[in-house]
Amino acid sequence: MIAYAIRRLLIGALLILALTFVTYVLFFAVPSDPAKQACGKNCNEEQIEQTRIALGYDQPWITQWTEFLKGIVQGRQYPADEELRANNPKLVTDCEAPCLGFSFVNQQTVNKILSGALPISASIAIVALVIWVTGGVLFGILAAMTKGSFLDRGLVGLTLIAYAFPSFFIGKFLITYVSIKWGLVDYPAYQTIADGGFFGWLSALFLPALTLALLYMAGYVRITRSYVLESLGEDYIRTAKSKGVTQRVLVSKHALRAALTPLVTLIGLDFATLLGGALITENVFAYNGLGVIALQAFAADDLPTMVGLVILVGTFVIVANIIVDILYAVIDPRVRLG
Amino acid sequence: MTDLPPEHSGIRYTEGELERGEEHADHTVQGDSSSHELPQFKVEGHAASVLDPNAKPILEVRDLRMYFPVKSSGLIRRTIGNVQAVDGISFQVPKGGSLGLVGESGCGKSTTGRMVTRLYEPTGGSINFDGTEIAKTSARRLKPLRREIQMIFQDPYTSLNPRHTVGTIVGTPLAIHNVVPKKQILPRVQELLEIVGLNPEHYNRYPHEFSGGQRQRIGIARALTLQPKLLVADEPVSALDVSIQAQVINLLQDLQKEFDISFLFVAHDLAVVRHFCPEVAVMYLGKIVEIADRETLYNRPNHPYTQALLSAVPDVKQAAIGGRRERIRLQGDVPSPINPPSGCRFRTRCPLAQEICARVEPPLLQVGKRHKVACHFAGELGNHPDRPVTASLLGVDDTGAPDAGASPAANLTNEPGFADTWFDLERKTMASA
Amino acid sequence: MSNPLLSVVDLKVHFPTNDGIVKATDGLSYTLERGKTLGIVGESGSGKSVSSSAIMGLHRGTNAHVSGQILLDGVDLLQLSNEDMRKHRGKEVAMIFQDPLSAMHPYYTVGNQIGEAYRVHHDVSKKAARARTIEMLERVGIPQPDRRVDDYPHQFSGGMRQRAMIAMGLINNPALLIADEPTTALDVTVQAQILDLLQDLQRDFDAGIIIITHDLGVVAEMADDVLVMYAGRAVEYGTTKEILTHPEMPYTWGLISSIPDVAGDTSARLIPIPGNPPSLLQPPTGCAFHPRCTHRDKVPGNLCVTTLPELVPGQRSEGHLKRCHIPDPDAVYEREVLPEIAPDLVEER
Repeated sequence: MIAYAIRRLLIGALLILALTFVTYVLFFAVPSDPAKQACGKNCNEEQIEQTRIALGYDQPWITQWTEFLKGIVQGRQYPADEELRANNPKLVTDCEAPCLGFSFVNQQTVNKILSGALPISASIAIVALVIWVTGGVLFGILAAMTKGSFLDRGLVGLTLIAYAFPSFFIGKFLITYVSIKWGLVDYPAYQTIADGGFFGWLSALFLPALTLALLYMAGYVRITRSYVLESLGEDYIRTAKSKGVTQRVLVSKHALRAALTPLVTLIGLDFATLLGGALITENVFAYNGLGVIALQAFAADDLPTMVGLVILVGTFVIVANIIVDILYAVIDPRVRLG
Repeated sequence: MTDLPPEHSGIRYTEGELERGEEHADHTVQGDSSSHELPQFKVEGHAASVLDPNAKPILEVRDLRMYFPVKSSGLIRRTIGNVQAVDGISFQVPKGGSLGLVGESGCGKSTTGRMVTRLYEPTGGSINFDGTEIAKTSARRLKPLRREIQMIFQDPYTSLNPRHTVGTIVGTPLAIHNVVPKKQILPRVQELLEIVGLNPEHYNRYPHEFSGGQRQRIGIARALTLQPKLLVADEPVSALDVSIQAQVINLLQDLQKEFDISFLFVAHDLAVVRHFCPEVAVMYLGKIVEIADRETLYNRPNHPYTQALLSAVPDVKQAAIGGRRERIRLQGDVPSPINPPSGCRFRTRCPLAQEICARVEPPLLQVGKRHKVACHFAGELGNHPDRPVTASLLGVDDTGAPDAGASPAANLTNEPGFADTWFDLERKTMASA
Repeated sequence: MSNPLLSVVDLKVHFPTNDGIVKATDGLSYTLERGKTLGIVGESGSGKSVSSSAIMGLHRGTNAHVSGQILLDGVDLLQLSNEDMRKHRGKEVAMIFQDPLSAMHPYYTVGNQIGEAYRVHHDVSKKAARARTIEMLERVGIPQPDRRVDDYPHQFSGGMRQRAMIAMGLINNPALLIADEPTTALDVTVQAQILDLLQDLQRDFDAGIIIITHDLGVVAEMADDVLVMYAGRAVEYGTTKEILTHPEMPYTWGLISSIPDVAGDTSARLIPIPGNPPSLLQPPTGCAFHPRCTHRDKVPGNLCVTTLPELVPGQRSEGHLKRCHIPDPDAVYEREVLPEIAPDLVEER
């Protein structure tokens, strides 16, 4: 079991390495010249060349990549050109490990940019996760147990409606009615736990998280319903029924446990992607999460920030996958015991 | 066999014909032989095929092995052992004949079938098909041979692609191997459907529109498409209802006779194999423990495993006349093929096992004209010898310890086929016909 | 005789579908005594499993229409409330299934699953249930039961899994055990072990056993009585000896003659039953077997096509029921069928 976990972790580390390589190559293979952008519109050829050297873009990309990797492991200093740093100590920016690069557009390390936005996105994702998993799984089971009934059809119908409305609409609706017109909650403005305490943090997150969660919940109701129905059709459910176990035990102990495996996979991956920011929701609520950062970086052609984001989100997904794999082994003895 | 009712008198009754008799009065193969090169059917009964001892082998398998590596569960996955699925078996399939491979799950019979069709590449040994060595041949050079060896699978529900029409399923091999011009594919497919007793008009239907027995017929038609010389049938009837099983077995028997196809017939059902195969090999944990002509194997088996296997089969027809046979009970389960028992692999469940069985592996010894058995105490039921018959041949004493004074026999090789001389168990000397 | 353990009267299980009503079981009646075994034989779709699931109440909560009477020790199971039926399941009547691997939950230990069957019906501690489980595992011949009780199903061999299922079925000492194809997924030597075990346990537990199978051989070994089903109805019913030695219904003849044999004449042909099992949506008129029957010529007129034969006593005894129009089935069997199945056996007789 431990060997299994370690092996998964090693493979994960290799995957992250490959991920940095691929993103690095892809992004720096694009035709736009980062040195030209960093220097500005009015630069002449000579100034552009100087910028190129200062930022280290004159090096072959394989060197740039290894420097980048070194930065992730050890941290590094910007600008990349050693001579420049030595002559102008004022210009030097420290970028601590894991250094994800330096955004010349924002004149900031990518770490600083991301670390400001990550807690916001993560907070929304966590609260949303709690809402959608509890709601989705509970309603999913309910629908499965009452298959074909009025309740089941109602729930399935509601999920369709939730699907049909885009999240910017739901978000706008919640802000306008729940917060402004009905005054049920404060107008959402992000505050950290340190600033607003747990409940302040939570209440600020409630509406954006709900906006996101409704969409996901709709999917999870349907998925849970179909997984539970599928496992209710298994032979071992018939066996359990033949033993005389109650309907409640039948569903909670026998059917749900089997439906858990595919659900865990989905939850892990959905959550990891959400950690990387929810673009529309963040925009609607004007929360500067990773989604907003991504949009800005894209608009400004801020390559280093984009690379940093891709690597961050990629890492989340890979880590989530490892956790899911390990959870598999916990859930399923056939994986654990071979 | 002469007074058969007409619907049993040949291959031409078809499954479901009675039900749909109104739809199409008769679709027997007409005599317009210009359109196809298949031989016509003669009206014959479904008599069991008989052994032709002089037939040349079409398939000769020698010392065939298949090991599947087992990986450790540690940090670095090393190969820590092998599943010895098949471990050194030799046999022949005569031209136009059938050899049955029987045994319980995990004995290696299906693996053997898959090696012969080269779905697996054997770990060792040779497979000689009609004069060509195919055990290690590359996929490219194998392609022409794939036409000659075809396989029928157990499960008619999963072995047919549900998204393809029957016409496509049966016709694809023709297109792949460029056997006939495109225009003639459909007529040929319809002809094949007719041969296996399906309505040729149904070529554009999908597999789910057919019953289990009909689907198995489709699988058979597909296997026949390229006019193979050898058919490997892996449990061809075990997924079918009893009443349908007999239809399919009879069909296979007729096809064998008409097209002179040889069969390697893999099945766990001893009665089905007995009915189909004049020669039968019994496998246990990757080895052949007994191989003989049908009469000998079923009436006078010499290996305790064969005896137990036969006695375990419930027998309706005995019961139908009020008889009942005594069972030999085998204890426990088949051991793991990763770490099989030393010496004789059957010894852990064998009622006869003694010291020698753990020490020395019994050779597959020819004990009759067409009878080989791998047991130190080989003998008919209730008549097993007290002392190992193999000891003197192997050069060991009765406990299996090396015997300095003995002279081991030189001819204990694992050859396919049968020799002209054999070891007579009664007289303990060599004998010949 | 007056109070059989189980008495099924005119049992019907109908499934409404978009294409019409599927009459999976249509008017089935039989009885079973304590300590006796009834074999129910038939092909897939004959209704043999569906009718037995009805005894377990497994059709409750589905859209199936179940009617008739199922009297177990005088109690009509069909009249019980869902909660009372649940209390009967696993306690008064237990069931074991064909494929023991899929019939056990892969995520729970064997001991957990067997113990659950006990704890559902007995208010005992986990420890007591575990002790009882180990005792049962030992009784069904699992070696080292105190260790194997904590294994998961995938760590058991096929034979051991079926033993564990039998332990689960018998742990509450039920009056009736239904075994649905209990050995079909097993090898012959293991099948023999399991059949032996069932017979042995039946003596101890004095349970009635219904064994559902497609294999007449299993019935010959196990059953006191046989019920042959075709298209949802009983077509022949009587003692095993009687049915196997003097069958009076062409379908039973077909079943016997289409199976190859491990002894006897090797040149004997297999005589298949032509055609396919009928559709239950549109079953054939008259006798459901008539489209596949090769002995229709022995019945005058068009009776087989027009009229469903009643299940009536046959020629030989009151207890031997058959559903067939042929006036002299016993003679036809002796004259036409038996010589083809087993010529050498006939000579012996």
